[in-house]
This record gives sequence, C-alpha cells and structure tokens, in this order.
Amino acid sequence: MRELFRRQPKFSPTAPGDETRSIPDDLWIKCPKCNELQYSKDAERNLYVCPRCGHHARLSAAQRIATLVDDGTFVEYDAGLTQSDPLEFVANGEAYRAKAASAGRKTHTNDALICGTASICGQPVSLAVTEFGFMGASMGSVYGEKLVRAIERAIEGRLGLVTVSSSGGARMHESMFSLMQMAKTTAALAHLGDARLPHLSLLTDPCFGGVTASYATVADVIIAEPGAIIGFAGPRVIEQVTRQKLPEGFQTAEFLLEHGMIDQVVARTQLPERIGTLLRHFAIQPEPAKPGDAKITRSAEPAEALHD
Amino acid sequence: MTEQLNAWDRVQLARNAARPHALDYINELVKDFVELHGDRLFGDDHALIGGIGDFRGRPVIVLGHQKGANTRENIDRNFGMPRPEGYRKALRLIRQAEKFNLPVLTFIDTPAADPGLGSEERGQANAIAENLIAMAAMRVPAIATVVGEGGSGGALAISIADRILMLENAIYAVASPEACATILWKDAAQAPAAAEILRITAHDLHGFGIADEVIPEPVAAHLQPSATIQRTGDAIERHLCDIEQTIATMGIDTLVATRYAKYRGIGRWVDNGETILRNGTVTNGPNGAEHESSVQRSATR
Repeated sequence: MRELFRRQPKFSPTAPGDETRSIPDDLWIKCPKCNELQYSKDAERNLYVCPRCGHHARLSAAQRIATLVDDGTFVEYDAGLTQSDPLEFVANGEAYRAKAASAGRKTHTNDALICGTASICGQPVSLAVTEFGFMGASMGSVYGEKLVRAIERAIEGRLGLVTVSSSGGARMHESMFSLMQMAKTTAALAHLGDARLPHLSLLTDPCFGGVTASYATVADVIIAEPGAIIGFAGPRVIEQVTRQKLPEGFQTAEFLLEHGMIDQVVARTQLPERIGTLLRHFAIQPEPAKPGDAKITRSAEPAEALHD
Repeated sequence: MTEQLNAWDRVQLARNAARPHALDYINELVKDFVELHGDRLFGDDHALIGGIGDFRGRPVIVLGHQKGANTRENIDRNFGMPRPEGYRKALRLIRQAEKFNLPVLTFIDTPAADPGLGSEERGQANAIAENLIAMAAMRVPAIATVVGEGGSGGALAISIADRILMLENAIYAVASPEACATILWKDAAQAPAAAEILRITAHDLHGFGIADEVIPEPVAAHLQPSATIQRTGDAIERHLCDIEQTIATMGIDTLVATRYAKYRGIGRWVDNGETILRNGTVTNGPNGAEHESSVQRSATR
C-alpha cells in the first residue's frame, strides 16, 4: 500500500540529455513556481507562460525566436562560429572545447548566441538571442563576434537591432577575451547609434554580470519579462558580501522598473506587438538622419497608441 | 628579478597594501592636481577618484580606483570597489575632458565593482555599460594603466582607452581567482590554481595583444614606489606623445577609428565556414579558419 504513496518519478522532469526514456520528457511541463502541470501542446500555445500563476518559463533560443518573430521569417547567420580556446583551459579534467561541444549537442547550437534577421509584426530586424542552455549563455569571443556582426548587419541593412538577453555574464573559460567582449559589443553600439538605428533590448530570466553591464543595458528601450531576475551581481554574491537577507522582490523586473532602470515590463504574449509598435515609432529612414535634423519624415503608417 | 614569479605571487604583489595606489601616482605625476567630487546625481564615491591637473606640461583629466593603505582607509574607500555614483562621476569627467579637449589618464586598481544592495538599486550594471560606450566613442586620447588589481567589469569601466599599459606585477582578470575557484571547485582556497588557469598576468595579456606594454618592475613596486611611479609616468608620456602625433598628422577621427578597430578585433574563434540557415540550406566557406585578435581584419571591414 505504501508503494502507492511513494514519490513516483514518472511526472518529474528528467535530466536533460537522457535519451533512454520511453516517455518523451516534454509531454507534460510543470510550472517551477506553482507546480501546475500543462500538456506540452498547451504550454506551447501559452508561450510557456503558466496559465495559473503567470510564471514565464525560460525559453530556449529556438522557442524564443518562434514566440517573437513572424512565422518563417528568421534567417540565421554565422552559425558556424565556434570556440578557439585561447587559454587552453582545462579544469577538473575537462577541456573547454569538450565542455562546449557537449553543450552544443544538448542545445543544437555552436555557442550561446543565435543571430539572424527576421521580421517582428512586419518590421524587419537584426536579431540576437541568447541560448541559456549553452554554458549559461556566458559571453565569450564567439558571442561577442556574432553580436557585433549582427550590429553591423543592422547598420548595413538599415534595420533595427533587437537583442534578447539571458546570461550568467562573461565566460570564465576565455578570461580576458570574454571581459573584452563587453567593450567590443558596447563599442559597436556607438556605431549603431551614429547610424540613427534603434536598439531594443529584451532582458529575460536570468540576466547578470558582464551582459547587463554592457550592451544589454545600453539601449534605446529596455524591456523585461515579468518576474525576470536581472542585476549586476548575483543574489548569492550580494548576500555573501553584505551578510544581509535580500528584500522580497529584489532584482526582479518589477524592481528594476520601480528603480528607473528599464522602460517597461511586458508579458510574453504582448512582446511582438510592443516591439513592432516601437520599431514603427522609431521610423527607420533609408539613410541616417543627421543630428539636429528635426524635420524628419514620418513613416506613412500612422503610429498606434500603446496598449497595456 | 620578479620575472620568475608565478601568477599567484603576482596576485599577492598586485594586492599588497603597501603598493602605490592611484593617488600616489597622481600626487607624484600630476602637478597642481585638483580633485573633482561627485556625480551630481546621488553622491561622491571615495573608491573612484577623479580630477584635473598638469601631466608633464599638458592639462589632463585623471581617473583612478583608490584603495586604502590600512583598514580604516579601506572602509572609507570601500576597498577600492566603486559604486554606481563613482562610475557616473567618471562619466561626468569624461564628458568634461571632451568639452575641453583634454586627454584622459586612468589608473586601474580594483578588486571589482561594488556588489552591494544599494549599488544594485542605483543601477551598477548600467553605470558601467554607459562608461564603456562613452569611452569607446570619446574624441580625446585615453591611456589606461593597470597599476594593481584589474578586477573584471569594475576595472573595465574606466579602462577603454587608446593604450592599455600594465605594471609587471599587475593583474587583469574576468573574475577574481577566488571567484573562479569557487565556480570550478566550490573552494575559494584553490585560488592559486585558478590564477594560473585564468592567465591574468601582465605578460599573459601582452601576449594576447590586449595590453600594449608591460612596465617592468625590476623591484616590486612597493619596495621602490618612487622609481616605479616615474617609470610609469615615462611610459604614459611616451604613449601620449605618440597619440598626439597621430592626431596631428591624421586627425582625431583616425584615433577614434583605431580605438574601435582595436576592440572590434579582440576575440578568438574558429569559423567553420558554413552558415547553416534555419531552412536547411548550407552555404560553404573557407574551412576551419582560425581567427585571432587582428586589427587588420576589422580595419578592412
């Protein structure tokens, strides 16, 4: 009888990469916040937002792109870039390249940033989306180079830049090369600004360190998803250093909004429309308008009011 | 004498409390220095100092992380860990440098940006990021000298420059050896091993093409502070003269473009030469080409 009440592993998620299971592990999806179970097809339809508590589950890059851009418009670039391991980094008997290769097999990507072009509500964009499953979407050389190329693609094609960032920060395995990607990517944004092209930055759960302290917070508009945890130092580090218990809601998207650090908190279902509207308002011109050129022509389409 | 030292030895030297700190360099190298306080927004940060003065015959804006020489000073200086108001003060002075066409000299010596509660509330990440973009695009020369500890983003935020100089026993790292050891082995005591792996010494960074020059320390800086400071001043002056020459012959636009090309070129990756499109099309390019940090590559773009 007791057997019946013992915790059954059946409906708990299994370790990723466990391919021997007979039941597909993504048939049911459990909300990590309220434990609500959703049939995977329903979850996909709900954009992985819990219908009960509104928790926004973390998305893979592919899921993010699917939920954000117009169907069939995404074209990936620079997918072939991989790590070079300049430090010949080996820790705990595992070489960096081997670690990256295994992350790549798990996430079906070569590094933590997926870049390409797409349209969002009909607005063409240069898009860069992090893959958190790939080494915590840490920023190394490949990430930095792909992002700069995405910025250059935006400048060449007169496109708005949309970045979607969820990252643990700089990638330790490339040490100073990683740190310098903060400078490299942010410097490239100065050129985007000179070309009078907008950068819309979407921060998703979790986003920290070298990514929030560089390109992701140098944007014309910063949007975060509800409940996303965003900051410079991680909560554990802060607790360790200050020996203080952190207040409820610290470093949430709503906390950042309250403190004036971001423009809006937008639910996932509203994101394409909101980003599309913003891009329309920024009215990208075929040629860069000169600074001080006040009488710029508006796009023919009338701007719509923002809905909340 | 110090060239036999391993990475952890250098970490100890870089952190030595007796080592000359930013104000020691400023007091000896910058004549009639006037410290300028405050970010005009929230407060004055004692961990990041700035001001204006005369460096060997020309007015300059100076910025530096300031550590204390003892515990009491260190509490006042927050152990050299700037808060957002420190970075925003730096930004204010960078704008001032541009307004008056003055070179910017920075002295890097911080364990990290302050990771406290208030710093988060006041936007530490954004304060650092805004400095990166401002320094990348500023239309005046800048020289950053790592004199002690170059701690991650907290150091980077005032070190985007036309030249990065490092003292021989200075370090510059993406994460402190202790943090790295905690991540890798869940044991901060393994920091010496982490220091080796991270390749954080001046010679490492010079080898990577990130540091432009290593300023030798025949004797560790804290044992010969004055000689070290003068040697550092000579190196800064030499690079500054070189940059001024560039501006005189090729214009400020060239300087800004060269600075961008330098950062644009940092990074190493392997290009498998194929762009796999989501619709399944594969276009082939050169196979397995390895890219190093190369300024030429970006200059031709």
